[in-house]
Amino acid sequence: MLADGPEKTGDIERIKNEGKELTKEEKQRLRKEKKQQKKNKEKKDEKAPLESEKEKKPASSSPASQATAQPPTQKASSGVPAPAPVPVAASEAPSPVDKPAKSKAELKAERRARQEAERASKQSKKGEVGQQAAPSKAKAPPSELQPVVKRLPEHIQVDNPEVLKKLAKKLERQQIPLRSDYGYKVSLFSHLHQYSRKAPLTQQLSIPSSVIHPAIVQLGLQYSQGIVAGSNARSVALLHAFKQIIRDYTTPPNEELSRDLVNKLKPYISFLNQCRPLSASMGNAIKYIKKEISNIPSQCKEEEAKSKLQDCIDCYINEKIILAAKAIAKYAIEKISDGDVILVYGCSSLVNHILCEAFEKNRKFRVIVVDSRPRLEGREALRRLVQRGISCTYVLISAVSYILPEVSKVFLGAHALLANGYVMSRVGTSQIALVAKAFNVPVLVCCETYKFCERVQTDSFVSNELDDPDDLIVTRKGKTHLEHWQDVSSLGLLNLVYDVTPPDFVDLVITDLGMIPCTSVPVVLRVKNVDQ
Amino acid sequence: MEFQAVLMAAGGGSRMTDLTYNTPKAMLPVGNKPLMWYPLNLLERVGFEEVIVITTKEVQKMMSADPKIKQDVKMKLEVVCIQEDGDMGTADALRHIQPKIKTDILVVSCDLITDAALHEVVDLFRAHNATLAMLMSKAHEFTETVPGQKGKKKTAEQRDFVGVDESGKRLLFMANEADLEEGLSIRKSILRKHPRVHIKTGLVDAHLYCLKKSVVDFLTDNKSISSIRGELVPYLVRKQFSKTINGQKTKDDVEDQNQKKSDSKLHISSRDEPLLQLAQERSCWNDHRGDMSEAYHGGKLRCYVHIMDQGLCYRVNTLAAYIEANRLAPKLFEEPVVHPSAVTSERCQIGSDSIIGASCQVAEKTSIKRSTIGNSTTVKEKVKVTNSIIMHGVTIEEGCNIQGSVICSNAIIGRGADLKYCLVGNGQRIESIAVFQLKECVSVFVLN
Repeated sequence: MLADGPEKTGDIERIKNEGKELTKEEKQRLRKEKKQQKKNKEKKDEKAPLESEKEKKPASSSPASQATAQPPTQKASSGVPAPAPVPVAASEAPSPVDKPAKSKAELKAERRARQEAERASKQSKKGEVGQQAAPSKAKAPPSELQPVVKRLPEHIQVDNPEVLKKLAKKLERQQIPLRSDYGYKVSLFSHLHQYSRKAPLTQQLSIPSSVIHPAIVQLGLQYSQGIVAGSNARSVALLHAFKQIIRDYTTPPNEELSRDLVNKLKPYISFLNQCRPLSASMGNAIKYIKKEISNIPSQCKEEEAKSKLQDCIDCYINEKIILAAKAIAKYAIEKISDGDVILVYGCSSLVNHILCEAFEKNRKFRVIVVDSRPRLEGREALRRLVQRGISCTYVLISAVSYILPEVSKVFLGAHALLANGYVMSRVGTSQIALVAKAFNVPVLVCCETYKFCERVQTDSFVSNELDDPDDLIVTRKGKTHLEHWQDVSSLGLLNLVYDVTPPDFVDLVITDLGMIPCTSVPVVLRVKNVDQ
Repeated sequence: MEFQAVLMAAGGGSRMTDLTYNTPKAMLPVGNKPLMWYPLNLLERVGFEEVIVITTKEVQKMMSADPKIKQDVKMKLEVVCIQEDGDMGTADALRHIQPKIKTDILVVSCDLITDAALHEVVDLFRAHNATLAMLMSKAHEFTETVPGQKGKKKTAEQRDFVGVDESGKRLLFMANEADLEEGLSIRKSILRKHPRVHIKTGLVDAHLYCLKKSVVDFLTDNKSISSIRGELVPYLVRKQFSKTINGQKTKDDVEDQNQKKSDSKLHISSRDEPLLQLAQERSCWNDHRGDMSEAYHGGKLRCYVHIMDQGLCYRVNTLAAYIEANRLAPKLFEEPVVHPSAVTSERCQIGSDSIIGASCQVAEKTSIKRSTIGNSTTVKEKVKVTNSIIMHGVTIEEGCNIQGSVICSNAIIGRGADLKYCLVGNGQRIESIAVFQLKECVSVFVLN
């Protein structure tokens, strides 16, 4: 039990960092929920055998989910493989099965008895915490007495019917149609949504959309059809739509703009989430807007408030996207020397911007564009670079190890930078980084600070996005072999969108704050939080 | 509000004058419902709550009297009357209601019967920020014999040539055979941007258009355009590829200036154009590939079309279409064959593809197959009605045999008449024991 201690705190640290940030309000809410949890423990006892079956999730989320369902399970984590951050993908399937369902109830009873004893002893001996968690920091005791409540986001619990029911209820309340999942999902990713592009959400909406602002419907359509793709483009389009909403907004009587407008935005955000899961950059933009709206003083007149908000949005875009790109380009150009052969992957708006700026500044270099199916975004990057006059080579990702001996630097774009230094980017990026590392080629990731997020992920399974599986179907010489893939029961098509690259493969992150190593990302986040 | 619906119901039905010389086209009964009920029902189903109906005073009167429209249609109908005799084209009508238009509009024609999924058309309009989005359908052959037409083949209608791009969604080219003198010519600028053009001829234009508000404003300045389908749509399709007028020297500079003004009206940039530009620049999406241009080739004016290949889509503007529609329209809705208020005797045979309207009286020993009987019609004994359309208030005396015919409202068919493939006009009277075949009886006959 003692040996569990340090492991457990590692657990707790990690679990605390997973999910949302813990601001003051969150901590208060957590404390309240911990008290609620104690009351609900009886009810959960009955559901314990049911829940243990449902908890057949990937290993890395299982400690977290256990924490949600039965917080004190940390002690009984002997049934689960060591909750080390290393994803043991292969053992994911067998490991949850190993968990004996019957011992759950026994362990719970044991735990409760132990807690009563501890509480009694704690009351008698003040300040002396006589459990095995004594040597650990003060965080452990609260977790013994008050379980750490961790709420997993809904979008990675799709195989849990309760969560789905809650989502359906929430959408019904907001009058937004529910988009149904499509096709067979590969078992490792059955906890994620998978939608078909042929079944747009607008099918279930009335045509002159009255519930949802038309700008948001248009935006949702553009997201789901891929017309607006790429982290920066999505954020800019989202803020543009918000500007229109603010422009068309009128405060209803007896309501305050600062509170009502935030409530108006919630269904729109749910709608956009249904069309396509929100990106980290969009999430940060939404947080910023909500904060700005709530900070509007109540005596402010409506027109003034609206123009102020629109100025805020313009300012945000200007600072965080346009000027940040300029700053990053300035730093990055220092790293590009004449005669360089630069490898880029897919179409990152920031990396393209950097390369075009470097070319304007008369640096002599050539570019190798690596592309991958099914999106084939590299073609667009290739077009933009060649249009400027940069000499480019185009390969598919399968040729990366053949082309790397020629390469002197690798520039990668990022969708988000996670709090533990991992880089979340288009699927294939970690592959490129790995091969580059093997060839000792420096890998530079370019990312604006507004894409930094407090999430922690160590593998690409826990939280990802599943695109339409029909995109993988291709017709060659008039034959479409995968046309009836749904009829083959043992066949599943997987179209992943993102993957995470560990910080050991990344040599430098170029942000608008400067050039930092990957491990300094949490520092930047902390500084950002302090500023706000 | 996102869209305002506009229903064009002032059309005269110039291609089926036999039916419409007494009843306006919008109120012709199809499956015992007035023709304009179908598009209104379509709009109501997709969620519209208000419709602006452009029609004539006569139709407005009939609308207010018609029970189907009054009871079934829950939407708010704002009726705008225009002169019946005035040569008002559809675009002229839009110009007339311009003050009422506050948002983008969805224009529907009153003679459209379809079960299309409208969201497909509207999604194209929204997603690509298009100026025009329209609906078309693959044409179906009409199989029924049309009364009053000798010979099987009907005169070849003027063909429409529709050119779409590879994806089948972007409208590149639209011309009617009548406008083409020597041959079909396609501008080089179109081919340079879209090297693969699919040209289709067998398409039916559903006359359902999503138009941007700026187009309506443009119409108020350009009074020369009077028809949406005939002039406005081809103009917009052509304008997609016209060169921008910056720095172009032509002989007539003044004309250029006017053109520039009218063009700028068409694509009124939104207030946050730079933001939209930025989003598009940063997005890694392109609608075409193979050349060096950005998405949409930098064009601001875009026209899209959704071509339906399955499902019903009829425009009831000819007699043949009217008969076909009567055959198929009832299948759109689950309704009982015999209206509850009709009185039918026991010994009559009524086929399942027939419809008997309200307050009918069908006597015994009658046989009604594949026919539509209108409201308040009286059918006496020993009558055989096959493949026919009987409108409201008709009296059919005993022993008649009606085949493949259209009998308009308030007609009286005398005893023992034998009509094959005939069209009896409104309020006409066929005397007894008359035999007519393959002819039209629109005027008064005096027999005996």
